Amino acid sequence: MLSVHQLSVRFTSYETGLKKKETLVTSDLELAVEKGQVVAVAGSSGSGKSLLAHAILGILPGNARVSGEIMFKGTPVTPKRQIKIRGKEMALIPQSIGCLDPLMRIGKQITRAGILSGIEKNKVRVTNILRRYGLPDHTANMFPFQLSGGMARRVLLATATVGKADLIIADEPIHGLHEEVASDILSHLRELADQGKAILLITHDLSRSLLIADKVVVFYAGTTVEEASATAFSGEGKNLHHPYSRALWQALPQNGFFPVSGTQPVLDHLPEGCVFAPRCDKTKFICKIKRPPVMPTDGGFVRCFHA
Amino acid sequence: MIRQLLVKKVTHLASIVLSISVISFMLVSVSPIDPVRAYIGADMLAISRAQKEKIEERWGINEPMHVRYVKWFTELLHGNLGHSFIFNQKVTKVISTRFATSLWLMAAAWVISGMLGFVMGIVSGVMHGTFVDKLIRFYAYMLASTPTFWMGMLLLICFSMWLGWTPICCATPPGILLENVTFGQRIYHLILPAATLSIIGIANITLHTRQKLIDVLQSDFILFAISQGETIWGATRHHGIRNIILPAITIQFASFSELFGGSLLAETVFAYPGLGQATVLAGLKSDVPLLLGIVLFSVFFVFTGNTIADLIYTLVDPRIKAGAPK
Repeated sequence: MLSVHQLSVRFTSYETGLKKKETLVTSDLELAVEKGQVVAVAGSSGSGKSLLAHAILGILPGNARVSGEIMFKGTPVTPKRQIKIRGKEMALIPQSIGCLDPLMRIGKQITRAGILSGIEKNKVRVTNILRRYGLPDHTANMFPFQLSGGMARRVLLATATVGKADLIIADEPIHGLHEEVASDILSHLRELADQGKAILLITHDLSRSLLIADKVVVFYAGTTVEEASATAFSGEGKNLHHPYSRALWQALPQNGFFPVSGTQPVLDHLPEGCVFAPRCDKTKFICKIKRPPVMPTDGGFVRCFHA
Repeated sequence: MIRQLLVKKVTHLASIVLSISVISFMLVSVSPIDPVRAYIGADMLAISRAQKEKIEERWGINEPMHVRYVKWFTELLHGNLGHSFIFNQKVTKVISTRFATSLWLMAAAWVISGMLGFVMGIVSGVMHGTFVDKLIRFYAYMLASTPTFWMGMLLLICFSMWLGWTPICCATPPGILLENVTFGQRIYHLILPAATLSIIGIANITLHTRQKLIDVLQSDFILFAISQGETIWGATRHHGIRNIILPAITIQFASFSELFGGSLLAETVFAYPGLGQATVLAGLKSDVPLLLGIVLFSVFFVFTGNTIADLIYTLVDPRIKAGAPK
């Protein structure tokens, strides 16, 4: 359905005077989602996950430069094609309630999303979709400020699925939600995948995403360090190949709560070699001078010299 | 809540009226206007000093200022604003008939400038940074610094003198009784003064709308709309306008003072017999009762505009409306 190959995003800005400055925010992303799959993109905040969603949809700000390759349904995604397919073939579930128009009733916003996705105006079934996500019918007459956090997320889910998009990109859909509401939203996403849609689940909540994900892509400092099947995240993480993936797994409270020393490097001061080298306990000389290439593993790929 | 608001507004208005009346009364009192001379005019030479003193005593001109003020204000509270000698009518009568004429002009200018300015602001905001935006902004800045009377004269020269499309003066054709004037004739005489007043008024609303729209277009919900397949114009139509119309209407109501000030100049240039022209005449001919009356009336007029601007959010914005305790 969707594959991303060597995707990099740069921001151009002007420093004092007219000195042009390019900041690399994500580099060499690798990612693939198939029909019927939930692929989780996990990593700490500031690792460039949301930019990935925006790059796929083509809604990055004007000073962003994208290189690399995005393939959707077997053909390359160009800016021109992005305009044609966003909202119709791929839909976004954004992370904040601020993405709803504060002065428009919910029903109207869902209808508008439906129309944009290519459904005729009188064929958009707002009540059906509200009920599907357990929202009362009168939600349609409410304004965003009247919604609770959980309701807002369900509404966002509704706007993305009222049409017939085959790929749904969920950007932190469960961030800040109660356990109960979060697992409900997750099960809806799983259901959508089981109905044949492809789900890209962007989250920093590794343990919750594992409840529904088929594959996990681990993000670190603007790049993908490993792609592994969700089953690899078990026990002590022996089936994981990248030290950061293991560290992320072992840092979870239920897995020992082991912290990794150091902090994620700032994106415009990335180390020359492996981005994780400064914090890795297996660092060799080569790790410091060369970026490790992508190497296939049994469940995906890894970007490490020691795997 | 409405009741509280009403009490607050009325108190506010009362305090403004009181302070404005004191200040304007003081200003008129210390001004070199001699009321007797203003009233009698050229016949001043014909009356003796003793006669003048008699009139002054009868009018109470030599009493202390505060005594005169209290007398005047008491009459004011009874609805008596005095007599205008230049129109030889009660001041209330002059203001009401004159305002009725001005209302046409101001309403037309208000609506036209509001709508044109809003549309231009939207175009400029959506296309910000482009040539079109620069053109609209240049136009707005230029108009913002153009004096009303100059613009009026320019239009008069162009459309009335050179092209002969519009009448040269007045609100109605000369030589026709007021009751025989048709609606079409009124409109015909309204075009140029209204155009003058609205062209000047456009700048403010255009620049304000432009900036508001640029801010709104950078918000998350617009980005989300774009991700749903909306174009920039579509996003503006469905989400942008909705979010900028209230501030625009507010600013338009808050511009009543500029409107009043502008009509003063525009009416003078076009000899349009409205309240603005009466103000200028009252000032030039030292018609103190009329001048004070118009000052107080303008307070009510501007206050009304500002109050509506204040209330609009409370009454229309769903976030405030629904959030208010019942």
